[in-house]
Amino acid sequence: MDELIIARSLFGSSLGFHIIFATLGVGIPFMILIAELIYQWRKDPHYVILAKRWTKAQAILLGVAIPSGTIVAVQMSLLWPRYMEMVGEVIALPFQIELFAFFVEALFMSIYVYAAERLSPLARITSVFLVALGGTASAVLITAANAWMNTPTGFDVQGGEIINVRPLEAFFSPSFRTAASHVVASAYMTGAFAIASVAAFGMLKSRKRGTAYAAHKKALMLSLAIGGVMSLLTGWNGHSAAQVLHVHQPEKLAAAEGLFETQAYAPLAIGGVPDLDRRELVGGVEIPALLSFLATNRLDGVVKGLNEFPRETWPPFYVHTLFNLMVFVGTFLMFLALLAWMIKWKRKEKPLPRWLLWVLVGAGPLSMLGIEFGWVFTCSGRQPWTIYQYQLTSEAVTDATGLLGWFILFISLYVMLCIVTAVVMRAFFKRRPLEEELAAVGGKGETVGHE
Amino acid sequence: MNDALVAISILWLFVFMYAILGSVDFGAGFWGMVYSRRGKTRAGALANRFLSPTWEVTNVFLVLLVVTLVTFFPTAVYPIGMALLVPGSLVLLLLTFRSTFMVFQYNTDRFQEILSVVSGVTGLLIPSLLVLVLPILTGGFIDPDTGELMLGALFTRPISYAYLTFGLSSELFLSSAFLSDYSREADDDEAYRVFRNHARWLGPVALLAGITAVFLMGYEAVWLRQGIEAQRWWFLASGILFLTGYAALWIKPAHPRWSRGLPRLAFVCFIGQYALASLAYGRAHLPYMVYPDITVDAAVTNPAMFRSLLVSYAIGLAILIPGFYYFWQLFLKDKRYLHRE
Ligand code: HDD
Ligand code: HEM
Ligand code: HEM
Repeated sequence: MDELIIARSLFGSSLGFHIIFATLGVGIPFMILIAELIYQWRKDPHYVILAKRWTKAQAILLGVAIPSGTIVAVQMSLLWPRYMEMVGEVIALPFQIELFAFFVEALFMSIYVYAAERLSPLARITSVFLVALGGTASAVLITAANAWMNTPTGFDVQGGEIINVRPLEAFFSPSFRTAASHVVASAYMTGAFAIASVAAFGMLKSRKRGTAYAAHKKALMLSLAIGGVMSLLTGWNGHSAAQVLHVHQPEKLAAAEGLFETQAYAPLAIGGVPDLDRRELVGGVEIPALLSFLATNRLDGVVKGLNEFPRETWPPFYVHTLFNLMVFVGTFLMFLALLAWMIKWKRKEKPLPRWLLWVLVGAGPLSMLGIEFGWVFTCSGRQPWTIYQYQLTSEAVTDATGLLGWFILFISLYVMLCIVTAVVMRAFFKRRPLEEELAAVGGKGETVGHE
Repeated sequence: MNDALVAISILWLFVFMYAILGSVDFGAGFWGMVYSRRGKTRAGALANRFLSPTWEVTNVFLVLLVVTLVTFFPTAVYPIGMALLVPGSLVLLLLTFRSTFMVFQYNTDRFQEILSVVSGVTGLLIPSLLVLVLPILTGGFIDPDTGELMLGALFTRPISYAYLTFGLSSELFLSSAFLSDYSREADDDEAYRVFRNHARWLGPVALLAGITAVFLMGYEAVWLRQGIEAQRWWFLASGILFLTGYAALWIKPAHPRWSRGLPRLAFVCFIGQYALASLAYGRAHLPYMVYPDITVDAAVTNPAMFRSLLVSYAIGLAILIPGFYYFWQLFLKDKRYLHRE
């Protein structure tokens, strides 16, 4: 097989693996912080127990997040050395600053996990705040690097030499603001829905009058509220991200929509498969003029189609599907959260219906899929460029050979890690049932549900 | 000092910090395995107590190293990446195993046995691979046509084994010196004696291995030998610090406060010893990062980026130093943590 294809597959898989744990590393500390704050405000000990259990889960996830991140960082230099050369010259700053974010996160995570019982409440909240801040900051910073790859600025090229570097301008590249807010909102959303999934599952498995049920329900409603708000924000700034594409990476937007002809009143295409040879979208539903409106805020806005660009620089056809799926996830989960809250509101103290809980169990994995679709969409939608209009992926890759062996080795490692993580999670929480921890604090666990 | 020299000094400082922290961390993993299997659980538990909260922070130093290399010396990334693809990927695999199992070890009571073996064995293998980077950078093992590493040569020449011996004995020496100090702080006499005795025999071994490695290297790389000869006073000073520290492992002053020995003084001297030796080795290696193609002056980044990186270091350190201090207070000084059973 072609070494370039293997390098792309290896790197994409490593990132796809890292992002699972990294996203939870941004989203879950945010939820822990909120639970700690609610506890200080309402003094309901259930929230402390929840925060503690989420912290334990997060500590286990961290055991995979950190090494997988280290893998990505080192693989970046090993597989894409020409790209890293340019990174070092122009966009080194976010990578460098991200390290400080990692230090903050690692230091205070250790403090929060291993020294919690020796900390005052204020010190505890400060620690968990710094953990959440560190996670969010690393997401923003790495996104700055990715945004620069999509919309590179802050340097000039003269005779093949990079000159006149302006580090801050590179950092705040045109797509930085929208990308960073979209990434952070989607990570908070995913952390919240992941917790919602676990809570819904816990409710299905526990007795309806038990304290465990009540605590799970608090976790569920809290995470649905946060997940709902965050999915609204995600859709909102995703829309801004699409408008940035319209201006700065028009062929990516065209590929995302399967649009070939440049036109005013451009339709929004849902579903279907772009046929690159016949230059048309096969199947799919088209809503007239909506794409023009979304991209330019006016129905007669002109949106560029793929025919404007040389065939060699078209992104792969499947980015259309990835984009559709990402938008579907956001829309679906937003309505799901709303629906669940409405049902809870109508039924007052009565338990939630089981079918709803079963659907909610799927929310976390679905949200995580949304993250994966979104990232593969940006990275593949940039092809054949690694640095848009400056460096082709084929120029960035290493000359080393024999990557296939490494690919197999790393994939096996990821599979093994997934299995081991699941086993350890199960073993850990099986030995510490929620009921026992709740019983230990007593507290006002209101009993719910008198059927 | 020009940009290149400042940049390489910062990078080398991080190499040194990771070498010390990594030695202590990986060594503690190894001792943890040895002693929890031998039934001497107190020494094993002590090593593990140190390890639990610190390995994550140590790991960030490794990432710091890689990122600093990329940001300060972007054009060196390609040749170094090519040369280190195999050992680098192996380190990644092992490190992943290790970190994952470390977390799991803390969080489950089952599988303790196998978990401690994983952290112990990887604790030996990872430093071995890392120390091999030093002979690789002297150029003799890189195929000049493809830029790839000549693995056959790496595993057959005696110089590799000399570096390996040096790396492993230093790791075990430094970690036992550290753990003897740590167990003094925890008032754990049994563990203290165990680790002090290890430090006593490992010290001379590490020193001899280091001298042998440097001599053998001199045969392989004339340019490096000349550099090393020019730095002989630094090496001598490093040797003197070793002797001071080594003496401190044996002396028991009459004063009651010090009557159980001076492990803190010993460990500080050993850090100084390794710092001076690294400084001397680093100076001898200049101006090459990878002999003969990559020099620091040619590889350093542009001045604008260099300046903004320095500013980010200043701000970052101002934020982090209080964090590190707090961390140190909680895990290396607080009696409530040290005395936990
Ligand atoms: C749960 C995850 C999730 C959900 C529900 C959405 N997104 Fe998204 N999207 C991401 C997760 C994500 C992401 C993983 O965070 C990406 C990948 C790279 C990036 O910057 O964010 C992304 C990228 C991304 C981009 C590409 C930016 C670029 O390439 O520069 C666009 C245009 C959108 N999104 C638009 C949307 C719209 C209009 C959504 C409507 C609901 C939406 N996203 C939902
Ligand atoms: C958008 C994608 C990414 C996000 C949101 C993200 C976020 C994070 C977060 C939050 C962590 C901390 C782990 C945790 O708390 O669970 C982490 C770890 C890490 N990430 Fe990523 N990351 C992303 C992509 C990358 C990439 C592309 C690289 C490589 C340059 C990278 C390098 C690392 C490293 C080296 C670590 C480990 C740091 C340590 O040792 O503590 N990440 N990432
Ligand atoms: C964490 C979520 C991410 C995922 C799942 C992801 C996925 C992928 C995939 C699938 C590819 C291969 C693209 C193709 O060849 O079709 C790729 C390439 C790449 N990505 Fe990403 N990516 C992520 C984030 C990032 C970030 C944050 C950066 C940079 C800071 C980045 C930098 C790169 C580079 C340098 C390549 C190789 C060159 C190229 O194919 O353009 N990725 N990624």
